[in-house]
Amino acid sequence: MLILMASSAWAVIETYEFSSPDLASRYHLLSQELRCPKCQNQNIADSNAPIARDLRVVLYEQLEAGQSDQQILDFMVARYGQFVRYRPEVDRQTALLWWSPLLLLVLGGLGVVRHFRQKERHPERGLTAMEREHVDRLLKDRLP
Amino acid sequence: MRVKRFIPLAVFALLALLLFKGLSIDPTALPAARLGQPFPDFSQPELLTEELIDASALRPGPALVNVWATWCYSCRVEHPYLLALAEQGVPIYGLNYKDDSEKARQWLADLGDPYRLNIADRDGTVGLDLGVYGAPETYVLGADGVILHRHVGVLDQAVFEQDIGQWFPALAKLGQANAPESSAQ
Repeated sequence: MLILMASSAWAVIETYEFSSPDLASRYHLLSQELRCPKCQNQNIADSNAPIARDLRVVLYEQLEAGQSDQQILDFMVARYGQFVRYRPEVDRQTALLWWSPLLLLVLGGLGVVRHFRQKERHPERGLTAMEREHVDRLLKDRLP
Repeated sequence: MRVKRFIPLAVFALLALLLFKGLSIDPTALPAARLGQPFPDFSQPELLTEELIDASALRPGPALVNVWATWCYSCRVEHPYLLALAEQGVPIYGLNYKDDSEKARQWLADLGDPYRLNIADRDGTVGLDLGVYGAPETYVLGADGVILHRHVGVLDQAVFEQDIGQWFPALAKLGQANAPESSAQ
């Protein structure tokens, strides 16, 4: 299991010497948060595309230069768009992406409420006298 | 009550329309983050002269900035078309992206040089600032040096006419004037 995890998280291995373990852990988080522009369903930690390697170098250099996570993400977004983040900021373009699950949930909820309201308004009518007689006759034949 | 019956059909139709549209969307095409912004400033040597140049060297526009490299096979494919465009008077600036300058100079000597000048972006920093994620890429710069359009992939006649020609109206007229002549030959 450990080996599996290691191979997926650090499939592409470069050795960076970080000046502090904190920087190293931020590097691992950010390199999994950032998406490779070339090979679109991989993060830059997993991808061995040249552009992903370049972005890892930039990430390393900026971390060592003391940039904050937000500054680094802004740097990437300015160049590659919100696409480069797996969790893009909420703006006009990504609003639908962020809010559609909630929208669908609300719509579904409204549907359920409506369904039960309607049931309340039109409770199931009982059997008419003729129907009951019919049922009784059928049951009498079957039951011992 | 009758209308209700058609709701599933309407939902289906909407969904079908949405999914059908999805078929024609190219998922690898990324929106260019730098559209509407000036070409990012840089200071890099020119490929042939080794003189340091900056973004002001890319004027006047409208012009094309073509990202290329000798390791990029598609760049070889589009190279003849770039030569043809340059011949018709389209200013093309080259961004020689993460390349060996010696090989790049050899390439231009062998295949012809369509470029007004070439930024020798050996470590890819200009490309990174521009948001390049592969070669070839071609950018359209406006008269004021603002990035108007990005095309990813091989540039050919069809792409030029459809997406880029609008910024070179003089050329469009020229092309029309030339067309009957060339077909008569």
